[in-house]
Amino acid sequence: MSVVQNMEAIIEVKNLDLYYGDFQALKKIDTSIEKNKVSALIGPSGCGKSTFLRTLNRMNDLISGVTTKGEVTFEGREIYDQDLDVVALRRKIGMVFQKPNPFPKSIYENVAYGPRRSGVKNKKDLDQIVEESLKEAALWEEVKDRLNKSALGLSGGQQQRLCIARALAMKPQVLLMDEPTSALDPIATNRIEDLITQLKEHYTIVIVTHSMHQAARISDKTAFFLMGELIEQGDTDKIFTTPRDQRTEDYVTGRFG
Amino acid sequence: MVNTVNEKNMEMKRDRQKKIREKLMFGLFTLCMLAVVIPTLLIIGFIVVKGIGTVNWSFLTEMPRMGMKEGGIFPAIVGTLYLVLGTIIFSLPLGVGAAIYLTEYAKQGRLTRLIRIAVLNLAGVPSVVYGLFGLGLFVFFMGFGSSILAGSLTLACLILPIIITTSEEAIKSVPDSYREASLALGASKWETIARVVLPLAIPGIMTGGILGIGRAAGETAPILLTVAAFFIPRLPGSVFDQVMALPYHLYIVSTQVPGMPESIKYGTALVLLGVVGVFFAFATIIRLKFKQMSHLD
Repeated sequence: MSVVQNMEAIIEVKNLDLYYGDFQALKKIDTSIEKNKVSALIGPSGCGKSTFLRTLNRMNDLISGVTTKGEVTFEGREIYDQDLDVVALRRKIGMVFQKPNPFPKSIYENVAYGPRRSGVKNKKDLDQIVEESLKEAALWEEVKDRLNKSALGLSGGQQQRLCIARALAMKPQVLLMDEPTSALDPIATNRIEDLITQLKEHYTIVIVTHSMHQAARISDKTAFFLMGELIEQGDTDKIFTTPRDQRTEDYVTGRFG
Repeated sequence: MVNTVNEKNMEMKRDRQKKIREKLMFGLFTLCMLAVVIPTLLIIGFIVVKGIGTVNWSFLTEMPRMGMKEGGIFPAIVGTLYLVLGTIIFSLPLGVGAAIYLTEYAKQGRLTRLIRIAVLNLAGVPSVVYGLFGLGLFVFFMGFGSSILAGSLTLACLILPIIITTSEEAIKSVPDSYREASLALGASKWETIARVVLPLAIPGIMTGGILGIGRAAGETAPILLTVAAFFIPRLPGSVFDQVMALPYHLYIVSTQVPGMPESIKYGTALVLLGVVGVFFAFATIIRLKFKQMSHLD
């Protein structure tokens, strides 16, 4: 346990409750996300893991009837503060969604979208950001000759890597990934998993996944959610080899879910 | 043995009946389609055949002469162009803005439902009532007089419900995943609407525009009360001038002037169709352009 406390936490969550109307989707969540690690959130469908992920960049604000109680701090700052600038927060905490959702614009414009919104106008600067981001997302070689072609012409896996590049273009500190490979074939999934492992050098990654194998392969930390509760969390190998809670063991050994 | 033969016969009979029913339904739907298409083609064909002989350069560009029995219909064409343009200028930004408010900003609830019902009901109000409203508000109360401005504003009110409803549908049909992607990249709500939602909604919005233009160009009652002149053989000098307009002119030459040659009536009708067609073409080009922009390849 002392090792955990020595690590630098970038996001800290205390006593977080979340309600959709009357339904409580998250119950007393306490956790912290460590810097430059891959944290996996696992659990059966409807357990609240995606909802939890979306509290971290306040994407739940978009859904009407959601109320949040408790504390979520990012670099020591409470993100549910009334006067917090949500736009600025989302620039620092990027997100990749379950289904690849590139804009129906060119590959270039997809990556340049975020930087343009935050005021980068110089064409040279944009070119550089686009190239760097695409390289970081391991897509540059495949698309460098057709940057001005539609992003919708890419394969599903390429689209998802484009979405990662688009998020990286903002130079975020944290990257939230909501089941980023669930709509992809095994080969595309592999490439994204490799990419995640490379990215953790510079970014903190929180990934929601349905696949326990994926969590075991790529994450350093794992948190197991069940019916809105955070049942168990810790180092990934411990969670998968010597879980303390019976329910965690049942889930990771495939007895339910 | 007897049993199976019987069963086979029954089955064949059922199959035959099924096939007949299929053919019957197919025929019925074809008939429905023809019942719609044939009258449309007949009307257009009729007007083209009877009017094409009259429509030439001088008919399009000359002032009417001899109690409108000779010369052209230039001032009426110009009047209708001005009115349609004015109507678009007022109704499109207002209608799209209202649609953006209703879909993107307003909290969905009883109030928005009420507004939507009100908008739908407005679409059903007879156009002459809009005319009377425009006469009271724009012509007299606001003091615009019988003018292009008053007429355009009245027509704008008339087509506003169409623009709002179609724009709302177009905006709603943009998948939420694009909005989420944009917001997650640190774009503000307005940036998301302006950069992602609206470009994708424009083809749908243009459809509403097309419908609206068709109505604005063809309406007679509202302009009769707010702008249209019986006969002015010159072009308007400002938006506060009265103008002639094609639909009203068509009414006049068809019913109000004894001894009017047939050719002028049908020529006028054909030109009205043509003007609407030109606006349609414009809107369609914009529509296609934005469609291509969203599917670059």
